[in-house]
Amino acid sequence: MKLITAIIKPFKLDDVRDALSEIGITGMTVTEVKGFGRQKGHTELYRGAEYVVDFLPKAKLEIAVNADIVDQVIEAIVGVARTDKIGDGKIFITPVDSVVRIRTGETDADAL
Amino acid sequence: MEAIEGIKNLSYALDTFYFLITGALVMWMAAGFAMLEAGLVRSKNTAEILTKNIVLFAIAGIMYMLMGYNIMYPADGNGYFPALDLSFMFGGDNDAAEVLATDMEGWYDGSYYSGMSDFFFQMVFVATAMSIVSGAVAERMKLWSFMVFAVVMTGFIYPLQGYWKWGGGFLDAMGFADFAGSGVVHLTGAAAALAGVMLLGARKGKYGPNGEVRAIPGANLPMATLGTFILWLGWFGFNGGSELILSNVGEANAVAAVFVNTNMAAAGGVVAGILTARILFGKADLTMALNGALAGLVAITAEPLAPTPIGATLIGAAGGILVVFSIITMDKLKIDDPVGAISVHGVVGIWGLMAVPIYNADASLGTQGIGMLVIFGWSFVASLITWGVIKVIMGIRVSEEEEYEGVDIGECGVEAYPEFTIK
Repeated sequence: MKLITAIIKPFKLDDVRDALSEIGITGMTVTEVKGFGRQKGHTELYRGAEYVVDFLPKAKLEIAVNADIVDQVIEAIVGVARTDKIGDGKIFITPVDSVVRIRTGETDADAL
Repeated sequence: MEAIEGIKNLSYALDTFYFLITGALVMWMAAGFAMLEAGLVRSKNTAEILTKNIVLFAIAGIMYMLMGYNIMYPADGNGYFPALDLSFMFGGDNDAAEVLATDMEGWYDGSYYSGMSDFFFQMVFVATAMSIVSGAVAERMKLWSFMVFAVVMTGFIYPLQGYWKWGGGFLDAMGFADFAGSGVVHLTGAAAALAGVMLLGARKGKYGPNGEVRAIPGANLPMATLGTFILWLGWFGFNGGSELILSNVGEANAVAAVFVNTNMAAAGGVVAGILTARILFGKADLTMALNGALAGLVAITAEPLAPTPIGATLIGAAGGILVVFSIITMDKLKIDDPVGAISVHGVVGIWGLMAVPIYNADASLGTQGIGMLVIFGWSFVASLITWGVIKVIMGIRVSEEEEYEGVDIGECGVEAYPEFTIK
């Protein structure tokens, strides 16, 4: 089992959700986050004076899946979240030791 | 004979009614200032700026009743100083029999509206001048020090220079023209604000270690926009009411012209302000459209009657351009004015005064300049002394820690938005 954590541009969230639904993903957790990478922040003007926006808003998706469909999930996310412009985000894949569904007590693959 | 008496009654009632309604519109400008200032400060300083706005309005009314009105419109005076007179607070109005006995020839030179309505109209003007100050010193001035200044400003500083012009003093005698108060109201308020800001200093964080100007964005632009619209509406009373009467064809036409010109100047100010901001900053800064509207209104206030509508639009537009450059310059001079009050009411107020001769042949550039210098000089010096005395006795600035935490909790003990944070 793997946990896929994807940081994407917020305006791509709906497209990513649809693309993942299409390949059979039935659940995910989404968080509004802020951060920076190579895109860095940017400066804006308010009444002629500069102010710096250091942390840009992003959407963070967390999806736990069986290891055999990880590539498919990555492909789906990259397929729609990619704009070819700086700031498209990143995907992290980490191993998951175990999963428990709280309602039924099912574990691991049955709980996904 | 009875028909004539009926006309006199009707005319007196109509002009009094007009005066009261336009005064009520100007009163509503206090709400406009409150919303504009609350929108352009940070949320941690919202309740305090609102407190200042409503309390200053009340102080203005009380001080103007106690002494301000009698100083500004004394029974007697030498043109520079009014004779001592504190009679207004004890009441009294025009005697009905006397009013009706005025013959039609002298009707418009005599008592054509209630004396109380005149007080009411003038009282809301002094509140406007004081409202200008609160925005410039926002986010760092002690609440009670501000209130003490409001007492002196509305009871004495404003009324004395008001006497020089509108009370028939020496500025009026020399031909200085200021229809509704680009100088008497707006420049006076801005001069008092400038004196306060100079003694107070900039907000923490406004300037970087190398002197670079940093933006401190306002918390609530919908509120600031609503405030600007309210001020725009109120200004029809401010300028329209300053025609004083309505009840004949000539005066009715004049009032309508003033309404149109007031609107056109604001429109010119908005368009010029937003275009200037777009050209200078690359984006359409809403706050400059808001300041542009007010700049247009201040610019036309000294002479809203004589210009043609297109002329009024251009006078307002010049104000709208001027205000953007002025705000940038004030920032560079380290005069930290969160709402741009000194630029809108002071710099553009001066433009309004100097623009009067364009359409008013009775005014001259020289006289306008002297009037401007006298009003600015008096208001600035008297305010600087007053602020200075207050600073020595009770201090004018909150502690650094209180400024960081926000003056809402520090001065008022209440937050404007208590449910937005985890406690």
